[in-house]
Amino acid sequence: MQEFLYMGGYGGYVWSAFGLTAIVLIWNWVAARRAYAGAIRKLRARQESATGSNS
Amino acid sequence: MWTWFHKLGSPPHFFRISGALLPWISSIAFLLMVLGIYGGLVLSPADYQQGDGFRIIYVHVPAAWLSMLAYVTMASAAGVGLVWRIKLAHAVAASCAVPGASFTFLALATGSIWGKPMWGTWWEWDARLTSELILLFLYLGYISLRNAFSDVSKADRASAVLALVGVVNIPIIHYSVTWWNTLHQGATVSKMAAPSISGSMLWPLLVSAIGFTLFFVALLFTRTRAEILMRERRTKWLTEVLEGT
Repeated sequence: MQEFLYMGGYGGYVWSAFGLTAIVLIWNWVAARRAYAGAIRKLRARQESATGSNS
Repeated sequence: MWTWFHKLGSPPHFFRISGALLPWISSIAFLLMVLGIYGGLVLSPADYQQGDGFRIIYVHVPAAWLSMLAYVTMASAAGVGLVWRIKLAHAVAASCAVPGASFTFLALATGSIWGKPMWGTWWEWDARLTSELILLFLYLGYISLRNAFSDVSKADRASAVLALVGVVNIPIIHYSVTWWNTLHQGATVSKMAAPSISGSMLWPLLVSAIGFTLFFVALLFTRTRAEILMRERRTKWLTEVLEGT
């Protein structure tokens, strides 16, 4: 395990590259989901205000 | 074929299909990425010249590939939207920019992390690196140009022109290692002859690249769905979709 983390001396480089990739990928996923959830929320609010003014 | 194409171009149809496909695409993308990364970090042997440092390619190459794929997708969709005035195409183009910019950043950053121990420098004004940096600026320019318009259809048209002009950079990035005598190494996988990499190192790279690509498709679908919701907010079909959920 120690040896695996050490990566033949390249550990710092390898793990920072993979760690950064993980961060960017997760951020992308969260950002896309938030954009979708936000669009749904806005639409719902719009719908409610529309039906509210009709009644 | 044409009717199928036409149907896919209609926002309600795309919204339904993409919604049904998304869970599948995202789970397959996740599995392939885990498998590719595991293969790259654990199963693949160390390189005879670069030792374990070469393992960075398992994230660097897919990120660099996606930075270009996302741009080509964005420019093609923008072109289709501009010529045939298809609303969905503009929604797709707009959805490519943020993932594309982040993959470009990732390709530059992981390349830089690899460059430090291998080349002895974080950065070099080399043709490959410089053209990839220009790609990042094209994405950022596209995003800020879109944000400068409050009217969506004006933003669509102006940003489409920028996306199409910038597409000349893509062959420059791809062929930069052949056209110029660069520090960046030449192609490893996409050669007409046999790739210059052994099978035990190659398969995790391909699996990882397919996983990353599917992940991009999942991001693109999710963002396009959000764009459709915003653009079609006044339509009846959307009200029905919302009531159904």
